[in-house]
Amino acid sequence: MITLKYFASLRDIAEKEEDSLDIENPITIDQLSDIISKTTPKMGAIIREKKVMISVNEEMASADTIIHDGDEVAFLPPFSGGAK
Amino acid sequence: MSTTTDSKIRIQLEDFSVTDEIEAMKKVSRNIGGITTFLGTGREMSKGESITKLNFEHYPKMAEKKMEEIRVQSIKDFGIIDMSIIHRIGPIDIGENIVLIVAVGEHRAETFKACEWAIAELKRTTPIWKRETTSTGEVWVQDTP
Repeated sequence: MITLKYFASLRDIAEKEEDSLDIENPITIDQLSDIISKTTPKMGAIIREKKVMISVNEEMASADTIIHDGDEVAFLPPFSGGAK
Repeated sequence: MSTTTDSKIRIQLEDFSVTDEIEAMKKVSRNIGGITTFLGTGREMSKGESITKLNFEHYPKMAEKKMEEIRVQSIKDFGIIDMSIIHRIGPIDIGENIVLIVAVGEHRAETFKACEWAIAELKRTTPIWKRETTSTGEVWVQDTP
């Protein structure tokens, strides 16, 4: 099982803060976006169009990151902390 | 979330004392000759709209990890003695403290550079988000203001 976390504006789009997903084998980010698209098409599109950053186990993921059972995947909209 | 000045990386709901944070960092070394601080505060106007309230959210653990990476990199790259970074989350009113960076070094030059780099890097790499409330509603800020 993998854990999915949605933050800030993405929580409104996904209509949830956290979700879990059973995977039989390791999957890619693209494969994950296909799975998410089935239940939340808008969220799937945002991931595919790379409008969000994705972290796996609190480290930034890249296109070739593989997600394994037990991983925590977080969807992160552009950051806006701090102040100018 | 700790609110003591013992930890050099903190994310907390409570306000912080700039004086206390500087005094805590002064105790790190007797070789400190220069201290640069950056204090970010809640401003009223954003993109022509009047803001009534701010709210900050973070990704626990990852945000602290990124802030610690910034601290370690600042010490390594700029040759400062140490750095503390404190960021508040939750509701914040206009004029209140949001983020504080204290860079301490032997001389001023490296502390200025480290402090400027650290706040830019924090905004670039640390998963913290700001929600602004205006007269027209609430919006997540998605660009670097």
